[in-house]
Amino acid sequence: MKFKSITIFLVISSFFLTCILSIWKIMSTLQGLNFTNLNITGVFFNGIILSLLFVLIGNRINHLIKVFSLSLLFSFSYFYFNETSPYWYIFGVFLIILFFTNKLKKYNTKSLTEDFISEKIIFDFITLFGIVFFAFVILFPFYIMLVTSFKTQIALLVNPLDFSLDFSKSLTELFKSYFVIFETYNFSRYILISSAVSIGTVIVTLLFAIPAAYAVARLNFFGKNFLSTSILIIYMFPAIVLVIPLYTVFSQLGLRNSIFGLLIVYTATTLPVAIYMLQGYFKSIPKEIEDAGIMDGQNWFGIILKIIIPLSLPAISSVALYVFMIAWNEFLFSLMFLDNPKSFTLSRAIQYLSGDAETPRQYLMAGSVIVTLPVLFIFIYFEKYLVSGLTSGSVKG
Amino acid sequence: MSNTLSKLEKRTAYTLVLPAVLLVFAIVLFPIFANIWISFKDIELKDIRIPEPRAKKIVKSISDDGSELKVIYKLRNSSLIQEIRNVKFQDKFPKNISLLNLDPRCNFKSKKIICDFGNWEAKYKENFEIILKNINGEKIEKEIIKSQKPILSGKSDNPLVTTNFTLENFKKVFYENNFVELLLTTFYFTFFGTVGAIIFGILAAQLVNQNIQGRSYMRGILLFPYVGPVVALAYTWTLLLDPNSGTLNALLVNFNIIESPINLLGQKYITISVLGFDFKLRLALTTVIFFEIWRYFPLAFLFILARLQAIPKSLYEAAEVDGASPVKKFIHITLPQITAIISILFMIRFIWNFNKFEDIFLLTGGASGTRTLPINVYQQGFAVSDIGMGSAVSIVIVMLLLAFMIIYFKLIGKKANEI
Repeated sequence: MKFKSITIFLVISSFFLTCILSIWKIMSTLQGLNFTNLNITGVFFNGIILSLLFVLIGNRINHLIKVFSLSLLFSFSYFYFNETSPYWYIFGVFLIILFFTNKLKKYNTKSLTEDFISEKIIFDFITLFGIVFFAFVILFPFYIMLVTSFKTQIALLVNPLDFSLDFSKSLTELFKSYFVIFETYNFSRYILISSAVSIGTVIVTLLFAIPAAYAVARLNFFGKNFLSTSILIIYMFPAIVLVIPLYTVFSQLGLRNSIFGLLIVYTATTLPVAIYMLQGYFKSIPKEIEDAGIMDGQNWFGIILKIIIPLSLPAISSVALYVFMIAWNEFLFSLMFLDNPKSFTLSRAIQYLSGDAETPRQYLMAGSVIVTLPVLFIFIYFEKYLVSGLTSGSVKG
Repeated sequence: MSNTLSKLEKRTAYTLVLPAVLLVFAIVLFPIFANIWISFKDIELKDIRIPEPRAKKIVKSISDDGSELKVIYKLRNSSLIQEIRNVKFQDKFPKNISLLNLDPRCNFKSKKIICDFGNWEAKYKENFEIILKNINGEKIEKEIIKSQKPILSGKSDNPLVTTNFTLENFKKVFYENNFVELLLTTFYFTFFGTVGAIIFGILAAQLVNQNIQGRSYMRGILLFPYVGPVVALAYTWTLLLDPNSGTLNALLVNFNIIESPINLLGQKYITISVLGFDFKLRLALTTVIFFEIWRYFPLAFLFILARLQAIPKSLYEAAEVDGASPVKKFIHITLPQITAIISILFMIRFIWNFNKFEDIFLLTGGASGTRTLPINVYQQGFAVSDIGMGSAVSIVIVMLLLAFMIIYFKLIGKKANEI
């Protein structure tokens, strides 16, 4: 029993160590270091020795001293056995091992005899591994997007692995792609159009959605149940089946290539979910407050304006943020409706840029960074409100 | 009293709801039905432009003192395929102007010239000239004449509203369009994309639900792919996976994991041999599915996490006392609690993946075996310019969607209502 659990412990922990060291090595390679071998087996056996030493030493010496001395020892041996590498790389290895040995803290010869210890070990390390894995897989493309925008096409073709940034260059040189897309590709105009469409959509959607949501939440009328179920069903229907009829009708009405046309479509497609979210919130407002308003002689309009809206500002602002994000990210309709560069939105402009194979990739990535940043900022800043909205099903995609 | 109040309430309700309902009806519901109409018509992209009579005005002076001007109207029918009937033309001039030549088709009265040009066939072109003269011999301002735009009108058939119907589009959809492969690709993409997103969602939710430091950051980071703009993300991935200078291939080659770069988005099949058997894997489709999973597992993660956090801790404590292992706890406590939300998620993601257009379009454009039904709508409607055919494919999509919804509500709808 003890032998089994200690084997599992050694294998799993060194597997985890191998993974994070490999990720560190990959990231360092992308900084221009010339590694050609991940040396997985070497690291793995080193990990086994390290974990074994850790368990054998046990509580004989102070944890802190143990952790530091083991990390130093291992880093030196790593330094000695491996390809020549700069000191910052070794220092990174040292920090990783420090982190790793610190995670081993709760394991010793005694705890390895507990019930279900092998399952617990597996769960523990899978959790750690999972966090590293998910963070890496998710952030890596964003990282590549950002760094590529600071590189040049030629440098990347010569060495596609060197993403190191040369900070000795002047700032204008570093941010060159951004200057170029603003000056030659007219991105300031697209930013303006995208903002106008998105903010316009937010305003119009709220204008339509607040009264409708109030009626659904509070008033009794024929067809109310039908309306609230059809909101959800309409929400399920995809944009792709709307595209051809809207394209033909908008072409004939001259609404294609116009920001106004885009605004109508965005409003209509976000309305169902805006109504759905808002009515849920309106229902939670105590009815007595409204009754007081009625006593004061307010009509429905006054009640909505003076009571409902001020009380539900948090919900309204989270709906507004959502609608903004949906409109800002929207691509399908802007692809179908806009073919004149004068009325492009940001997404459409980037797609248009990529249509020309000659466009250097750093411009494409600089454009991508510009279109991504506002959404990520909004999201990070308002995360708490937005997450509760997400679970009520607001963003379609 | 209460009767009038409820009447008032109803009227208010309708006034409040109506604008939103009308807008959604016009932009969302009407097109779904319009698809049915268009799908039975033989319409191409060029047909939907309504032919217009157009005139370009050119002004030239023909006398030295500028009292005589020649005005040339370059008339044409904007359409290359349709005639315009009953074309009317009208232009205005300043005071004291007479016309030296008057076309028999035209009338000049009170500073206005009105012409009746009759029918213009497709591609019709004519240079229509008139000569103006100032009665008092004074100079005519060219700019004033130029700035006045002629007004033209005419009638033409709008092929959209005629009643010629055909079944041709549907025949083409089912027989000439590789329909079976199209359907299979769509189902592979949808099914594996959905299942993958849910599996990764469960894993991520399990992780974040544990007591780890910085879990709120982790939750935020996990949602990045979902909230980021699809254009930016898809192009980043294209760059990452590029066979010539993409980071992924370069890394794999650098560390000797593969010998030569693999065109992950441009190669239809890859042969993998496992235990001596050769498997043909749909490479580009698999890559697109992975992108899909990467982008949409956050939604599943968020829903499942919300559910996990609502499970009472006492259940786990009781299991601990009974000596249950972590695996047993997951199978007997966690899983039953999240099955309902998983079935809802499966439905939602299945429908949305089924309709996914942007992701595939931006990654592969539908090439290398990644052509799904929504991509086909675009290809037929805009690349091949066959609007009718594109609509027919849309109808197929709507029908399949309705079928899914019915099956779903029959099978698991009741269970979903319980939570």
